[in-house]
Amino acid sequence: MAESEFRVKSSSTTAIAHRPLVLVNARLIDPAKLSETMGGVLVADGLIRDFGPAIASANLPAYARIIDCGGDCVAPGLIDMWAFIGEPGAEHRETIATATMAAAAGGITTVLARPDTNPPVDEAAVVDFLLRRARDTGRVRVLPLAALTAGLDGAEIAEIGLLQLAGAVAFSDGARAIRNARVMRRVMQYARDFDALVIHYAEDRDLAGEGVMNEGEFASRLGLAGIPREAEAIMLDRDIRLANLTGARYHAALVTTALSLDIIAKAKADGLAVTCATSINHLTLNENDIGDYRTFLKLAPPLRHEDERRAIVAALESGLIDAVVSDHNPQDVETKRLPFTEAEAGAIGLETMLSAGLRLVHSGEIPLGRLIAAMTIRPAEILGLSQGRLEVGAPADLIRFDPDEPFVVDPAKLHSRCKNTPFDEARMEGKVKLTMVAGEIVFEAK
Amino acid sequence: MVNPAKEPAFPHRHLLGIEGLSAQDISFLLDLAEAAIEVSRQVEKKRSTLRGRTLINLFFEASTRTQASFELAGKRLGADVMNMPVATSSVKKGETLIDTAMTLNAMRPDIIVVRHAQAGAVHLLAKKVDCAVVNAGDGAHEHPTQALLDALTIRRNKGRIEGLTAAICGDILHSRVARSNILLLSALGARVRVVSPSTLLPPGIERMGVEVFRDMRAGLEGADIVMMLRLQRERMQGGYVPSAKEYFRFFGLDEAKLCFAKPDALVMHPGPINRGVEIDSAVADGPRSLIREQVEMGVAVRIAVLEALAQHLPNG
Repeated sequence: MAESEFRVKSSSTTAIAHRPLVLVNARLIDPAKLSETMGGVLVADGLIRDFGPAIASANLPAYARIIDCGGDCVAPGLIDMWAFIGEPGAEHRETIATATMAAAAGGITTVLARPDTNPPVDEAAVVDFLLRRARDTGRVRVLPLAALTAGLDGAEIAEIGLLQLAGAVAFSDGARAIRNARVMRRVMQYARDFDALVIHYAEDRDLAGEGVMNEGEFASRLGLAGIPREAEAIMLDRDIRLANLTGARYHAALVTTALSLDIIAKAKADGLAVTCATSINHLTLNENDIGDYRTFLKLAPPLRHEDERRAIVAALESGLIDAVVSDHNPQDVETKRLPFTEAEAGAIGLETMLSAGLRLVHSGEIPLGRLIAAMTIRPAEILGLSQGRLEVGAPADLIRFDPDEPFVVDPAKLHSRCKNTPFDEARMEGKVKLTMVAGEIVFEAK
Repeated sequence: MVNPAKEPAFPHRHLLGIEGLSAQDISFLLDLAEAAIEVSRQVEKKRSTLRGRTLINLFFEASTRTQASFELAGKRLGADVMNMPVATSSVKKGETLIDTAMTLNAMRPDIIVVRHAQAGAVHLLAKKVDCAVVNAGDGAHEHPTQALLDALTIRRNKGRIEGLTAAICGDILHSRVARSNILLLSALGARVRVVSPSTLLPPGIERMGVEVFRDMRAGLEGADIVMMLRLQRERMQGGYVPSAKEYFRFFGLDEAKLCFAKPDALVMHPGPINRGVEIDSAVADGPRSLIREQVEMGVAVRIAVLEALAQHLPNG
């Protein structure tokens, strides 16, 4: 991506920050109203100062910096609730610097970093480390998730209060489900007292067993051990019952099956503080894409049957699924160039999340506004963030993208330190042209 | 002190809990205890109310202050006091609670003071013996003499109990002290709050007539009495709360949190205290702490309880 330019956020407020920046001639996507209008956005001091049809180059002061978007879409920057960033402990896979370059190029302006690092984010000092690293090396906002249980061991409650004071945005044990229901109950009770959001990766590890892909005909043909859909649904059902018992705010990190959707639908109908996300991979790929044992499509939870994918897309359109995440998980050659069963699960996704999502828009499966809402305002609402919305006074985290520009995904040009994209050589339409965080341009395609 | 010709003023043969006592019963015991304070403050501390009587301290759970307090109370009333060394007794050899009770009963004691780790164990024992039984703590159920001594301490310092707001803070779930205090203070017309993380709250506790708070600031707001509870060491390590450090930060009583309570709020703790876990040393040893006075009132209350029960003893 030689034609692109990255800029590191300046940490001090400079005179330039006070100079208004105006995006004009844009197709404004307002994810709160699921509406769009032609117009502009006025940005100053890092905030959205005004927006709408009246913002046009004709009536702006001479000292304003004006960017003509040429009819491209302008939307709030995307918020990704589930990404593995690698710091601390797995810097060979990813760093905050490389992950946030990928995020900026993909239109993501806020990334929640999974806490299952080494050491895990279960102490206030690690939260502090991440926030300082993000400030010094990150191009977009990085918000630490902190552990639910000490050492992510699923046994003892983590210092949720102190971690929250240090700046943890929500709580999760990463891709490790808490097996013991009594521990989960106490964790949720305790989290509730701090109004802390519990983000859980719902998987019954015992039932998933040695499985490496979705259970069913295709796994049987490939001779691979399957993971039944029930491994997700059983754990999710348990969690929802505990959410009801404890009053905790609960967010299912990744739902991938219609069985899970039924459980979420009932929980929401019952008025519980329950939300959920699915990954861009589960929205756009299915188990057949594994094809000839392609390990880049080995994911956790596994890619499902096409029927499940359709159910997930329908639930996104109806709003039953609140958020779409990248499930970014960089894996290097050593962990992927192995027999399917031995390979690590996971795929990178920060840089391609929006483009892949636009596939669903182009195929008519989902309206653009709904897709953007699930990547912006819904995560913002769940997390209590002020960004992710087109609102006067909101942080000027904005992106400009051309929803129709065609390109072929070239892993060599992706910014992540690892190249394990499931969209290797895929044709896509829709590219990010500009990414802005707090009014500063952090990425611009040239 | 009591006129033996009339109906006994305290109509119970045992003291198994605060539950079952009327406000009148409680006030009677408190008045008796008030009068008993002087007993311990004199050079000649011996009375003859229980002369010739036998009191057995049967503590299945280790205790220092409660056992010592009952022993002194018994001796000051002239009783022969025997502390059953449960740890080295036949109980350790597998004898059941009921067999132990029957064995002791055969020795014809007049009063047995019992502490047991299981809720309801003291009630079970009381059904099997002929003598008076005092509950010195059964599991997480009741500890009536602690609640009485707390009430006496409050009454002496505030002049009343009715209308006061008392915040009981900490490990409510495992606390017999909390349960007895909730019952007693409510019975005497105080407003009782419990302040605790949800993990240390017994489900449905609000049905006991208390207001539930999960935040010290809100829970202490306007409180006259701040009663801290001990957090057992084994409960600090992640099972119920993440750590002693986090517990102290959010639920430990320090000067800053005490500021949320009324300016003349008083601090209590049943002891033994964990400095730096549920209470800061500056508060525990500070001018608003009643912790040491509670211990003194403990002896007075136990003298009063033994006196009250003595009325029902045969030939009493």
